Amino acid sequence: MSIKIMDLTHVYDLKTPNETIAINHIDLEVETGEFIGLIGHTGSGKSTLIQQMNGLLKPTSGEIIISGYNITEGLNRPINKKKKVTKAESTQRKKRLIEVRKRVGLVFQYPEYQLFEETVEKDIAFGPINLGLEEAEVKLRVKNAMEVVGLDYEAYKERSPFELSGGQKRRVAIAGVLAMKPEVLILDEPTAGLDPKGRDEILGQIKSLHANEKITVIIVSHSMEDMAKVASRLIVMNKGMIVLDGTPKIVFKQIDLLEEIGLAVPQISYLIRALNTAGFSMDETINTVEEAKDALIQILNKRIG
Amino acid sequence: MLRDITIGQYYSVQSKIHQMDPRFKIIASMLYLISLFLVNQIIAYTAVLIFIGSVIKLSKVPINYILKGLKPVFMLIIFAFLINVFLTSGTGDPIFKFGFVTIYLEGVERAFFMAIRLVLLIIGTSLLTLTTSPIELTDGIEYLLSPFKKIGLPAHELAMMMTIALRFIPTLLEETDKIMKAQMARGADFESGNLMNRAKALIPLLVPLFISAFRRADELAMAMEARCYRGGEGRTRLNVLRYSSLDLYGLFVMVLYLAVCIIL
Repeated sequence: MSIKIMDLTHVYDLKTPNETIAINHIDLEVETGEFIGLIGHTGSGKSTLIQQMNGLLKPTSGEIIISGYNITEGLNRPINKKKKVTKAESTQRKKRLIEVRKRVGLVFQYPEYQLFEETVEKDIAFGPINLGLEEAEVKLRVKNAMEVVGLDYEAYKERSPFELSGGQKRRVAIAGVLAMKPEVLILDEPTAGLDPKGRDEILGQIKSLHANEKITVIIVSHSMEDMAKVASRLIVMNKGMIVLDGTPKIVFKQIDLLEEIGLAVPQISYLIRALNTAGFSMDETINTVEEAKDALIQILNKRIG
Repeated sequence: MLRDITIGQYYSVQSKIHQMDPRFKIIASMLYLISLFLVNQIIAYTAVLIFIGSVIKLSKVPINYILKGLKPVFMLIIFAFLINVFLTSGTGDPIFKFGFVTIYLEGVERAFFMAIRLVLLIIGTSLLTLTTSPIELTDGIEYLLSPFKKIGLPAHELAMMMTIALRFIPTLLEETDKIMKAQMARGADFESGNLMNRAKALIPLLVPLFISAFRRADELAMAMEARCYRGGEGRTRLNVLRYSSLDLYGLFVMVLYLAVCIIL
């Protein structure tokens, strides 16, 4: 589903000495089915931005429209406790929030820390039950979600989430969000703290989910290698603003700008730059190991030939 | 939503009050508390008000910030006020009588003083924590408790426990906020429903919170042991507490204030 963000600003602790601008007048459009990598230095406003898209934070100003549905409207939290909120108002707000969360699924950093149920099945069912779905539908969704993240339903459904390994816990937590069948899936550093195998598996599962279900995926990450591999579009944030926006090939060309704001490019891009100064003439937009391998073989074959 | 709690927080600015020795500040606040229960006349309360007012002024903590800390205890103050109004029986004629409810002048007077006392008490004690960093505070407490070591009081351990507890309040608040958001993203609802539903809604919050608190405690114990922590025995400090001339002035003011309170 398409996302449209218009002139979004978010300020923490408005009108106090600690006032900080986390997001500064951002405009952004995301088409249905895009696979977006959101990168930026710690404190660049990435986390704030993704929480806005899920209705967890209300923007100070600006609007977010997700497939024609304005999610920033009607979210006003009763700021003043003294003013009693009428029941109709609060149910209205609740309904709208559920609508938002049905559309946008958000997986937080280290999502395994949110697990709480006795069994894996119950934990994954938490979200769908909150959406008010029927029991049979919930069960079906739990099954599907577990399948997507590569957990065998029969083998794991009765196990306690706390006795699983780190990588398995994370899958359970991601499945908990997938079971809500969001149209937009946002993941905050889904691979942080995992071993290389677990990282590749989770990224692969997200990628095939994106391909099969045609959902929009936004991944926040610090790993330029991962982003070069999976994302079709990269958005680079710095100090609450979007500084670069384009395909990985275009974004990773800006080595100097990226380094200036405390980021890097994939290691392979550095290698290619070094090779080029040493006399090779390789395509500078290459940013995955596979592409580099093919290009190098070609060049070397030519030299021998 | 959890950012609003100001009670027990440190307000970091440079001021004369901030620079005073924590030991002196702790004793002074105790004396201040005692003084609140000594006074029972309007004039004496003006003395208290002038005293606490000038301390606030000197401490450079914005008055609004301090008053914000009163919000959570507002209900308690109202409750104490009403209890006193309705349950005090006086000697004179009741000023209000309706059914079984009778209100005497003494009751209103007492309720009024009680409410003021509570407000002043909270302001006074929160000033201590607002102007003293948690580390200083526990250091001060440790010093003050050390005479009791002879009768077997583990002063250092108590102080260390307090330091750790204070240190982890903001961490746990942050963690709570994070878990709350994560569960809200999964459609959890912490705000509506009756008491029973709300209590149930807390389970997805409390279970992960407890687990992470235990994990943190475990990691902290490990880290402390890795750095050879073995309790207070023979431990020296980085910052040794020293009284300064500021504390002397403070002492002078305090004695003056107490004298005024007792005389009035």
